[in-house]
Amino acid sequence: MASEYILEMKGITKEFPGVRALDNVDFKVKRGEIHCLVGENGSGKSTMMKILSGFYPYGEYDGTIIFDGKEQRFRHIHDSESVGIVTIYQELAVIPELTVYENIFLGHEIKKGRFIDWNETIVKAKEMLKNLRPDLDPSRKVKDLGVGLQQIVEIAKAISKNVKLLILDEPTSSLNEDDSENLLRIIKNLKEQGITSILISHKLKEVIEVADTISILRDGKMVARLEDKSQFTESNIVKYMVGREIEDIYPKRKKREFGEKIFEIRSWKAFDNQLNRYVVKDASMYVRKGEIVGIAGLMGAGRTELALSLFGNPKEYIVGGEMYFDGQKVKFKSPTHAIKAGFAYLSEDRKGTGLILDFDVKTNMTIAGLKQLKKGLFVNENEEIFVAEMFKDSLRIKTPTIEQKVMNLSGGNQQKVAVAKWLFIKPKLLILDEPTRGIDVGAKYEIYTLMNRLVEEEGMSIIMISSELPEVLGMSDRIYVMAGGKIVAELRREEATQEKIMHMAVDY
Amino acid sequence: MGFAKELGVLLKKNIREYGMYIALGAIMIIFTILTNGLFFSSRNISNLFNQMGYIAVLAVGMTLVIVIRHIDLSVGFMAGFLGAIAARMLRDGMPVLPTILIVIGLGTVFGLINGFWVAKVGLPSFVATLAGMLIFRGALLVFTQSTGTIIISNEAFNNIGNGYIPDIFKIGDVHFLTLLIGFAIILLYIIAEIKTRKNKLKYNFEVLSLHMFVLKLLFISAIIFYVFWTLANYNGLSWTFVITLIITYVYHVLTTKTVLGRHIYAVGGNPEAAKLSGIDVRKITFFVFGSMGFLTAISGILYTSRLQSATPDAGTLFELDAIAAAYVGGVSAAGGVGKVMNSLIGALVMASLINGMNLLGVGISLQYIIRGGVLIAAVVFDIKTRSKVS
Repeated sequence: MASEYILEMKGITKEFPGVRALDNVDFKVKRGEIHCLVGENGSGKSTMMKILSGFYPYGEYDGTIIFDGKEQRFRHIHDSESVGIVTIYQELAVIPELTVYENIFLGHEIKKGRFIDWNETIVKAKEMLKNLRPDLDPSRKVKDLGVGLQQIVEIAKAISKNVKLLILDEPTSSLNEDDSENLLRIIKNLKEQGITSILISHKLKEVIEVADTISILRDGKMVARLEDKSQFTESNIVKYMVGREIEDIYPKRKKREFGEKIFEIRSWKAFDNQLNRYVVKDASMYVRKGEIVGIAGLMGAGRTELALSLFGNPKEYIVGGEMYFDGQKVKFKSPTHAIKAGFAYLSEDRKGTGLILDFDVKTNMTIAGLKQLKKGLFVNENEEIFVAEMFKDSLRIKTPTIEQKVMNLSGGNQQKVAVAKWLFIKPKLLILDEPTRGIDVGAKYEIYTLMNRLVEEEGMSIIMISSELPEVLGMSDRIYVMAGGKIVAELRREEATQEKIMHMAVDY
Repeated sequence: MGFAKELGVLLKKNIREYGMYIALGAIMIIFTILTNGLFFSSRNISNLFNQMGYIAVLAVGMTLVIVIRHIDLSVGFMAGFLGAIAARMLRDGMPVLPTILIVIGLGTVFGLINGFWVAKVGLPSFVATLAGMLIFRGALLVFTQSTGTIIISNEAFNNIGNGYIPDIFKIGDVHFLTLLIGFAIILLYIIAEIKTRKNKLKYNFEVLSLHMFVLKLLFISAIIFYVFWTLANYNGLSWTFVITLIITYVYHVLTTKTVLGRHIYAVGGNPEAAKLSGIDVRKITFFVFGSMGFLTAISGILYTSRLQSATPDAGTLFELDAIAAAYVGGVSAAGGVGKVMNSLIGALVMASLINGMNLLGVGISLQYIIRGGVLIAAVVFDIKTRSKVS
């Protein structure tokens, strides 16, 4: 008879040179449940799922995997998929130029004789989508869909492969609230159809909402397995994750006095030629010296587009409106000019557009401010080392040396390197776009502390764009809410609440 | 730590860096044995350096082009065309110096035009420079159509590709100035190494143990000395070799020590991130293609001067030889990785192969096959050792 557990991983140990990523971990998942796996970055969640999916083949780890009553020795991702384990990664594996139905059946096409039966494929795809998103037309190209719908295509693909155990790695991290809710509802639906899910997530609220069981990893060890729903509280989970109580996620702040307006825009517009629409329609805002201004809003509200259009407009939107910086009317032709004037922009996409992953820590830190290190014709490499060491210490970047490639650092440390790059040019205005995305609680706290220090002690001004409402509320002196390309509201710190902001963000 | 052990660790850690030198050494030793020492004779080594000059110069420029994730297919016939222009100008009585300057200026402009298509208009460099290749080939044919091969009778110009530096005073059969330059280079090398080492010690960085360091200095000094000694026993340094060395050195310094060099690698490593870091990607692209044109002109001059004539098929396959040399030298098509010094060694590896096989009388058909095999082997080695490191 089938056991209560669909999956049992016993005594899993996995070592990388110099690190024990997993240390004798036991992990059991009940048939038909939603099992949430949480832990800080680097705690071993991804490694564990990579073992389960066969990415790290049998023999490269110690321990046993029992799936569906049988011991499994996966040597390839294909092996795990053939028994019904499908993983959906953070970076989606859909092919943009293909249609929805082509993507769904990619790799296991429906054939009639030797050829693909496209009619049957479309019918089957429609059937599959009926339970997920009946309004999604399977003949659309995937590149025209938002991230939320693309994810649904991936889920449909998994279902078409007769999935028994669905692993979702941070599925909602790039989704807006609506899409997130929709996705969670789908996972619950799948549960009713008997599909077991493992959900890896940093967002504890959604974990608490959907989980039947929560397993918590810390430093490669399984530290807790919570089955009693009364234990499902944020503070309880966080306690296990970090191994200490966090009384206050946001560091204490001094009472602040603000200087003059250092930055202001009036009726700012940006038109995207490729999309053929206004990405920023009407934005007016200002920032004072020593102030942290938050910009809240849903995905697609135009926040990043606004920031880029201000920061020298690298996407070459057609911009309109007025911008004042440091008492003067300005128009930046490129990021180079914006940087020269004292602007800095921390990219939301650390790996894609923020850092050069293949280069070392030192080179990444100094790349924007290299002119400061010029001695005659050359880069003063001694000075460069000095600067990099200083940032490594002051930002507490965990890296063996400053000559380590940044791709080998954890997300939080990578982010600190990206921040260091901008601090080196000593900007007057620092735009932080999703500064804490995908980094762990400890690193978040350090970034927050740093932000406070920059405005309080160094008189910098900060614009923080964030999708995490508590963060916006906890850190900002003033908050602008963006919706549909417009700045729709301005709130003082005291009057802002999550509910108010959310209302404004959806109500347009 | 034991001496042998340190050597082992060092080799293992830097296998990528040293791999090519080891391969070069192996190729040279094999050919020397197979040709009963003929390969390593003064005359042949001198010849080898002269043969590779015009490709090495192209390989240096191509390294930068590939580093910023582009390619330049036009350089072969551009070199041929520029050579033909030089030949025509000299025939029509233009003095040497203005001829050279005009040709170099023209080459730079051609390079910038390539840069314009790529950076401003947004054409893929493969397409833009493929078109350039066809156009320059046609232009070369037009230029040599009426006369066929243009013979150059200007001594000074022909000296660039065939002549040697003068000696200051004769002592027996040895070229004294060549030896002197060799010693100067060794001295400068040792001073630079000691300075770097001191600096690293100051920052508590990892350095070689002292006896290993001394051994390394001795080893490299010995190689430099041997090369210059060999050359001094023939006709001394050739102008081609001098020009190749100077260009490589200038580009080495440019890429490793200057802000511009850093920016070039940053653009190759991640163009988006580079742009958001305030680097003008277009300017860098213009510069790299412009520099490629500049070097192509020099390559064209070296080749034309060496042949003492401009032929209608000059430049055929130069671009692919240069690209091969860069890849053998460890440049990555993914961008951001590659050193000009190594591309020079890459060019030397390929030139040694050709030279050695010629000495052995290997047929041209088999030569191409072997060169193809070596190119694959070099890139496979590069990829394999890379994944091991990270």
